Amino acid sequence: MSMLIVFLVVLAVVAVIGAPLRNRARGLDPDAALRAELADLEAAKEAKYHEIRDAELDQRTGKLSEADHRQLDGELRAEAIALLKRIDAVRARLEHAPAAGPEPAARPPAVG
Amino acid sequence: MAIVGRALLIVAFAVALYGIGASLYGAFAGGRAWVDSGRRAVYALAGVLTLAFAIMEAAFLRSDFSFNVVATHSSTTTPTFYKLTAGWSSQEGSLLLWVWLLSLWSSLALALTRRRVREVAPVATAVLMTFAGFFLMLTIFWANPFQTLAQPPSEGTGLNPLLRHPAMMFHPPMLYSGYTLFSIPFAFAIGALVTRRLNAEWIVSTRRFALAAWLCLGIGIVLGARWSYTELGWGGYWAWDPVENASLLPWLTGTAFIHSIMIQERRGMLKVWNASLVLATGTLAILGTFLVRSGILDSIHAFGASTLGVPFLILIGAMVLGSVGLVVWRRADLRSEHELDSLFSREAVFLLQNVLLVALAFVVWWGTFFPLISEVFTGSRASVGPPWFDKYVVPLAFVVVALAGVGPLVPWRRLTWASVRRGFAIPLAAACATWGALLLVPGAWARPKPAAFAGVAAFAIASVVQELWRGMRARQASAREPAPVALAGIMRRNRRRYGGYVIHAGFATLLLGVAISSSFQHAKDVSLMPGQSTRVDGFDIKYARATASATAEKIALGAVLDVSKGGRHVATLRTTRGFYPSQDVSQGIVGRFFGGESESQVGLRAGLGRDIWTVINPNLTPLTGVIDQGNRTFARAMTAILRGGGGQRSLDELYALRDQAIVAVAHRFVSEPWPADFRFIVSPLATWIWIGAIITFLGGLLALWPAPAAARRRVSAGYAARVARELARTTQ
Repeated sequence: MSMLIVFLVVLAVVAVIGAPLRNRARGLDPDAALRAELADLEAAKEAKYHEIRDAELDQRTGKLSEADHRQLDGELRAEAIALLKRIDAVRARLEHAPAAGPEPAARPPAVG
Repeated sequence: MAIVGRALLIVAFAVALYGIGASLYGAFAGGRAWVDSGRRAVYALAGVLTLAFAIMEAAFLRSDFSFNVVATHSSTTTPTFYKLTAGWSSQEGSLLLWVWLLSLWSSLALALTRRRVREVAPVATAVLMTFAGFFLMLTIFWANPFQTLAQPPSEGTGLNPLLRHPAMMFHPPMLYSGYTLFSIPFAFAIGALVTRRLNAEWIVSTRRFALAAWLCLGIGIVLGARWSYTELGWGGYWAWDPVENASLLPWLTGTAFIHSIMIQERRGMLKVWNASLVLATGTLAILGTFLVRSGILDSIHAFGASTLGVPFLILIGAMVLGSVGLVVWRRADLRSEHELDSLFSREAVFLLQNVLLVALAFVVWWGTFFPLISEVFTGSRASVGPPWFDKYVVPLAFVVVALAGVGPLVPWRRLTWASVRRGFAIPLAAACATWGALLLVPGAWARPKPAAFAGVAAFAIASVVQELWRGMRARQASAREPAPVALAGIMRRNRRRYGGYVIHAGFATLLLGVAISSSFQHAKDVSLMPGQSTRVDGFDIKYARATASATAEKIALGAVLDVSKGGRHVATLRTTRGFYPSQDVSQGIVGRFFGGESESQVGLRAGLGRDIWTVINPNLTPLTGVIDQGNRTFARAMTAILRGGGGQRSLDELYALRDQAIVAVAHRFVSEPWPADFRFIVSPLATWIWIGAIITFLGGLLALWPAPAAARRRVSAGYAARVARELARTTQ
């Protein structure tokens, strides 16, 4: 009985960890570096949106004056725009790169 | 089932080794299929270890004394609730709990990040599986929970009485969850350093795990403190014990990390600092685990001397050298992208707070390891006590609490004089009002430190209340909602910010409770006969009557005490000392029921103003004569039965008589009472320690709880549209 339980567990483990290896077509992603850069930029973009939102809340709760907020908001939006331009550039490079296998697109990271 | 358990540990070890190999091969040569297989190995490990853990727990529930760990840590008389927890009171069981929790949290982290941090995750998987492999190696070769006994005893030793406390059900799992959860940002940091993906993504993907680790470890520490306060019988909640300190170390550096990653996320700054902090936190988590198990430092919380020290030292050495090497190797990639805009900004406050928290951690580390350090340099062990810790920790904690109030008032990037006036006026007024009120309390200014602490705590709490109030008003103005709905709305939409503020208020409350209760505490040790009274801090405490009870589990001798003030009844306190039977037959047939381990049930009247705490320590010397007589009588009777060929029935009758005799002996404490020793403590505001902790953890939960995906998308989409409009304008 004990041996049977252990055998079944080993069988289940092999099935779970061996499943991806049945599809070996998914080799190294030649665009991995570009995808990683895109994911980094997306994370930075979300953080920048968060920062814009925080500055707005700081203004509404009196920590920033209207003038200070306007100036800071302008700076943050300029930084966000710079990030969006870099994201577009990376996306364009990815689109022009050869097909890289069935990789699903990375989800944008959570905000909050 | 022990053989199945042992086999499962070996299977788990093999899975961990496979996970390391598959992940690294997949990352650097083999491709996604191997990476996915490595990740699935972590899921498989969690499944196998869940089964192994269930087998161990089932053995405890069935009182299967063929398992060595059950025979030495449980008994048939151990209540079912504590049978479930007895597993982690042993070295073997706690190691299995550690690696099981690691496998669960690792599975969760890798499942949630499977479509992100694709380059970093395989290396992180390998690191997490290395930890798992290390702990599995310990459980297989050093401390196997499935070790069996050739001749199982009919009764187990029982659970250490001190561990029969509800907090002990949750204290170790929470501590281990904290330690193992800190392994996740540690592993991802290693992955980020190895793969040079050192920007915000790995932090965004793992910060919730860092926060969850901080929360779990904090809850574990507070549960341990509560256990100490209500179970250990010395009246305190923190003794600067090495094991307590070991859990505090990663919590302190983890607190610093949770703050400083916000700066990296926003500004791309402090990358070296953050990498170093998270690597130090992960290493300190393992150091905490090592201290409990190695027996190198004396502690009431430790498992005692063991042979586990050497493998742990090798692991910690590898972690330290590897971490330092990686940070030095990648120093060029860790350069900051920006400079501090202003020394008067939230970033600067965070930085100062980080430095203080790390300084606190260093002080605690130095004091904890001082016995070993002194032994290396002088050849003899010298330890430092609470006064040494207080000397350095109190001023640092004072500034940390002040910064907990300053942080929420200061905007990111820059602070103007106008915003100082707007933000600081009310909190400073609250601090001054508190100091003014303390002038009216006789003797308060004779102890300036707690008085100063009270003012600073009031400043921090008032700053948070002000921020909540202003946020609520802003929301009311824009959404025209009633106040409670607006407050809930603003907190729901900004969980991380307001969760953090609530944590600050809770932490200030907790430290206020610590400062006041420890500084203005009145303690008295006294010996009383029933009917006698004593006075502590204006309270008259009368030893009303003695109590005694005897069950199969323990003999409990106690007291009922009436507390009054100015003739008015305040509380009735009940305290007992439980004596558990010893398995040592040399103590005699009756004597062994009084000669085992013992524990205290304190009498506590907790209130918002003050706690009245007492514990009894009954002196058993007056019972020595009657116990000896009982031992002789029953030994003679037992010999007569065995020589005369009396059957089991005769023995059962003898045991029934013995049980009656034990009840009669215990009852002498009531019928012929003698003086009992008591310790009385009156501590003002002690309850606020626990209230502060609860507020802190509720804030932590609020910050941790993810916003609904739809709400996140709405917020992001709103700002994206706004920036897109700006982009269109600038490119026209």
